[in-house]
Amino acid sequence: MMALTTNPFRFVKTSLIYLILTAGAMLLLFPLVWTVSTSLKIAEKVTLTSIELLPDPVAWWNYVELFQRHPIPTYFVNTMKILIPALFGGLVTCSLAGFAFARLRFPGRDVIFVIVLSTMMLPYVVRLIPLYIMFDQVGLINTFWPLIIPRILGHDAFYIFLYRQFFRGIPEDLLDAARVDGLSDLGIWARIVLPLSKPVLATVSIFSFQYAWNDFLFPLIYLGAKKINWTMALGLYGMRSLEGEMLWQQLMAYAVIMIIPVLLVFAWGQRHIVEGTTMTGLRG
Amino acid sequence: MAELMPAAPNATAQTMQVSRLTRFRYRHRYLLGYLFILPWFLSFLWFDVIPFCLNLYLSFTNYSVGPLAKAKWIGLENYATIFASDPRFLKGVGNTLYYAIGAVPLGLAFAFVIALLLNSRVRGLGVYRTAFYVPSLVPAVAASLIFLWILNTNYGALNRLLSLVGIEPIRWLSRPEWVKPAVIIVSLWGFGAQMIIFLAGLQDIPRELYEAVEIDGGGAWRKLIHLTIPLMTPVIFFNLIVGIIGSFQVFTPAYIFFGTDGGPLNAGLFYMVHIYNNAFRFFKMGYASALSLILFIFILIFTLILVRTSDRWVFYTGGGR
Repeated sequence: MMALTTNPFRFVKTSLIYLILTAGAMLLLFPLVWTVSTSLKIAEKVTLTSIELLPDPVAWWNYVELFQRHPIPTYFVNTMKILIPALFGGLVTCSLAGFAFARLRFPGRDVIFVIVLSTMMLPYVVRLIPLYIMFDQVGLINTFWPLIIPRILGHDAFYIFLYRQFFRGIPEDLLDAARVDGLSDLGIWARIVLPLSKPVLATVSIFSFQYAWNDFLFPLIYLGAKKINWTMALGLYGMRSLEGEMLWQQLMAYAVIMIIPVLLVFAWGQRHIVEGTTMTGLRG
Repeated sequence: MAELMPAAPNATAQTMQVSRLTRFRYRHRYLLGYLFILPWFLSFLWFDVIPFCLNLYLSFTNYSVGPLAKAKWIGLENYATIFASDPRFLKGVGNTLYYAIGAVPLGLAFAFVIALLLNSRVRGLGVYRTAFYVPSLVPAVAASLIFLWILNTNYGALNRLLSLVGIEPIRWLSRPEWVKPAVIIVSLWGFGAQMIIFLAGLQDIPRELYEAVEIDGGGAWRKLIHLTIPLMTPVIFFNLIVGIIGSFQVFTPAYIFFGTDGGPLNAGLFYMVHIYNNAFRFFKMGYASALSLILFIFILIFTLILVRTSDRWVFYTGGGR
């Protein structure tokens, strides 16, 4: 930074970098600010044609009305009914599989792991229709099961990959010491490996949370028919009408409610995400 | 596998017994390996292999709803209809390609440039990084609705801002020529996800390499062209493949903007929306399966071309290949 004051070219260059970054950041954050701002405006001000960032008066009752008009707690509970079993079930199955690929030896292990990786490349479009039909054949449409079962079984190759990469970084000596002390492989996974793996557990949990919270197309086909089954994302989509006027302030209030948990989870896990991806060797 | 077997130093009766026990435990141990991956394997069978085969089979049938036994084999009829007499198929292909060609390179370019700037030892890196990354966290449904509002012709913030510099209001969502740029704008808002991957890659480039270029008298431009970009090609390649596969299957913003009809003159009818309509509105499951398979083959060919040509421009260093 010393050079900054001595070298005029560098000073101009640095200023330019800050200018671009600041302008870009403001441009990118503007939609979020505008969303929050709209959600707190009274109806007459929403349709003003000037740019008014700070709502005056602050119409916090938009949120109250939103909850009165839409069964958001139901949507939230529905989302949690999918999210919680998917997250914790997947945590066990994916990390067990990752442990097996990283630390256990069995014939065909590396070939099977390549198959795991290749499923990441399979586009979801070839699964969409047959999965719907398969779950329809056993009467599970309009239930949460089609969204839970695959994830409980660990149908997330990327998470298995993350676990495997992280577990490979744990020193073999540590596991050998545990074996000498008489711990079984299951015991090693539960008592040695998992407690050492908080970064990757947090990383996968965040991804898993985001997936269940944000997912739209699959809930739409499995749960779209009955409003009582809707998730948070489906509820927000349900407020959009193709004809007629929309209550933008309430729509934006719902959007704010949708975004806040994602940001909270991100803020909580930001440190872990960086640590997790660094130690899994994802970088570079 | 020989080195995995526990060594038996001498074959006295006692050690034979121990070795039999360890042998048993060794076998047991790899059974355990299979047991640990069994849940994944079941999910692989049920949710990858069987669906893929079913999708292939259904694409040759006229299956609609009800028991699968009702599916009647009609050979290539679905494919013939798609290529010969489905104008919406071509529309969907065209729209999706337009979107992919617009959204993927622009997104990569923004992500790369911002990552470069962030990597130039700026102060407040954390704040900037978060600011650029946060929009990519916003759920697709929320992001689409936010832009539905921002791009609104009469009251949308973008047209309000444009009017400040004297640009007439643009009818983003009701003029065919503006429909796809509007969807591209939504996608670009989330470029932070790729930026964060670029940034991680950039931070892994050893400083000494830059110092070496400096000693040779190379400036910033030289460093970028001869060092940074070549070293980043694997990351660029990764982001490119993921971006293209994602953009071919884009659904949520188009569906939320325009519903099932694809907006004015079907300009927003993306390929996935066409599949969705046939499968879940008209319940032409067999036909929709054929459409899905075509998209799959399209993605596969595209990926293969990229992978095949990658050895010409992607450089792997270090212990990799």
